[in-house]
Amino acid sequence: MENMKDIVLKYVIQEYCEDDSEEITYDTPLISGGIVDSFSMVSLKRFLEVKYKIQIPDDEATPEAFDNVNSIVALVEKFINK
Amino acid sequence: MSNIGSYEERIKNFDWLIAEKELGYKAGDIINIGWHCSDRICQMGKGQKMALMWEGHNGQTRQYTYNDLRLTSNTIGQFLRNIGIVAEDRVCLFMDKVPELYIGLLGVLKIGAIAQPLFSAFGDESLFVRLENAGTRAIITQKKHAPKVRKILDKLPNLEYIIIVDHDGKKTLAGNEFAMDLDNMEWVDDFEIYPTKAESPSILHYTSGTTGLPKGVKHVHYSLISQYLTSKWVLDLQDDDIYWCTADPGWVTGTSYGIIGAFCTGSTQCVLDAGFSAENWYNFIQKYKITMWYSAPTAIRSLMKAGDEIVKQFDLSSLRHLASVGEPLNAEAVVWSERVYGKAFYDTYWQTETGSIMIANYPGMKVKPGSMGKPFPGIIGGIVDTETYEEIKDINKPGLIAFRPGWPAMMRMYWNNEETYKKKFQNGWYLPGDRATLDSDGYFWFIGRDDDVINTGGHLVSPFEVESALLEHPSVAESAVVAKPDEVNMEVVKAFVTLKPGNEPSDELELDIMNFIRKKLSPLAMPQEIEYMDKLPKTRSGKIMRRLLRAQEWGEDIGDTSTLEND
Repeated sequence: MENMKDIVLKYVIQEYCEDDSEEITYDTPLISGGIVDSFSMVSLKRFLEVKYKIQIPDDEATPEAFDNVNSIVALVEKFINK
Repeated sequence: MSNIGSYEERIKNFDWLIAEKELGYKAGDIINIGWHCSDRICQMGKGQKMALMWEGHNGQTRQYTYNDLRLTSNTIGQFLRNIGIVAEDRVCLFMDKVPELYIGLLGVLKIGAIAQPLFSAFGDESLFVRLENAGTRAIITQKKHAPKVRKILDKLPNLEYIIIVDHDGKKTLAGNEFAMDLDNMEWVDDFEIYPTKAESPSILHYTSGTTGLPKGVKHVHYSLISQYLTSKWVLDLQDDDIYWCTADPGWVTGTSYGIIGAFCTGSTQCVLDAGFSAENWYNFIQKYKITMWYSAPTAIRSLMKAGDEIVKQFDLSSLRHLASVGEPLNAEAVVWSERVYGKAFYDTYWQTETGSIMIANYPGMKVKPGSMGKPFPGIIGGIVDTETYEEIKDINKPGLIAFRPGWPAMMRMYWNNEETYKKKFQNGWYLPGDRATLDSDGYFWFIGRDDDVINTGGHLVSPFEVESALLEHPSVAESAVVAKPDEVNMEVVKAFVTLKPGNEPSDELELDIMNFIRKKLSPLAMPQEIEYMDKLPKTRSGKIMRRLLRAQEWGEDIGDTSTLEND
């Protein structure tokens, strides 16, 4: 069974990566690296909410929280456990 | 001492000849923006001055002096000539904020071709519509964006050349694809600039309206005159400034002031090709000692959201003058910046069609937080009645912003759309399509758009374009798109949809529709919320009453519903 990091990473690559030669890892900066812009971040937030049946408050959905797969997973786990 | 000095004195004695003289131009001369932005600066003895200091998101850097700019833009111009591009051919630049975009625009202009910069986040549908309308002949792009171009190539018989600036040899190029690696080419020194004149077409920008497809806004080389002078008098660009314009050259700000204004004034500019992060932005300002910063309300509000504490971690003392563009700058942001940076952001107002700044706050002039400021010297601005287009003299009475036509950077046409172009002029006024009031001191105060165009993050999105794209989703029967208020972006896109039989509303479907629009059009056009409805409010004649939906989103009175279709 895929772990959450792999699921999120796979989704990011599938949905937001135009350059298939660029290697994306759990630490790759997504927002500050220009891979996911601030508008697209809304769709990523929605994916997480739908996939994990959570609600992420807008004030927690910051560019910093979404900047890499590790930080995204930490954010999701915070709300799954609530 | 600011370049403008006293605003009041400037408006008394103003003539656009001031700018012509400073640029060494007189009526009838050859005038070429690409030449003015590179060769001329070298001729002034500034060939070794740094023109462009670029940094990418991985921290990689590239730097170009004005002589480098001259040589590399010559090189791109020669490359285009060699493959057969001629004057007035449309050449699209479809790249991230990489040096080839900045330099490429100058190269295109140097051969008399028409530059068509497009936002690199556009999906293939958005790209297709704009390339088809323009009859674009060549596109300069990056390998990551080339797939979008290849996808629509069959539908674009005019598009003959795809030029890839970062081809790495991993994929074989098709017959009409060319690699152009600027840093590994022999740069061209001796180059014949195409003899463009004042009314020669220069740039074709695309902008969205309420209805219909995006419009190609045609500009000419004479636009340089007001782009130059506004850069000097509004942005106050001085010889020792280090300038950062955060706008993407795919939009008019990034071209008029991120390329033309920066280079024709011989300024040193820095460009950061990375996504937004408060920490990275402040670090950039500190590292390059930015003195003049031209940004946008959405970014400023995002910085406000990041808080005051982070600012203290950086030395931003280099900042001398700050300005803002794209949407009205709320008073709170002006007050905040003064408190936190020690400098207020000076709001500026203009649009794709005007080509250069029309109303602004000026160095030395009192800033009224929340006000657009006053018309640039040489611009006659006023407020007119929404129906008669007669000037409103009453103080604080709402009406349409209006300008007397004829400033240098005024658009000359909507591409292949003279009918729509003519509608922008009424009773001797050019109408930008915004509403405002004028106070007793002559300051303009923005109210809102006069149409349904959505201004999200400073960029205009057409509800019609989004609605049309929604109808292409297999599950969507009908759609209506309106602006929804947003704390950071001012407005975001919200869609109301009805579904085709056999489809049920769900969160998964909402996400699917969002991603469908994001990829087809752009992340800006993506609805940030989708509301499912059993039926959309319509008039008895079947027209969707968008304004009812909008009013509900904004908590406004829904107005007259007598024409609403009954259940």
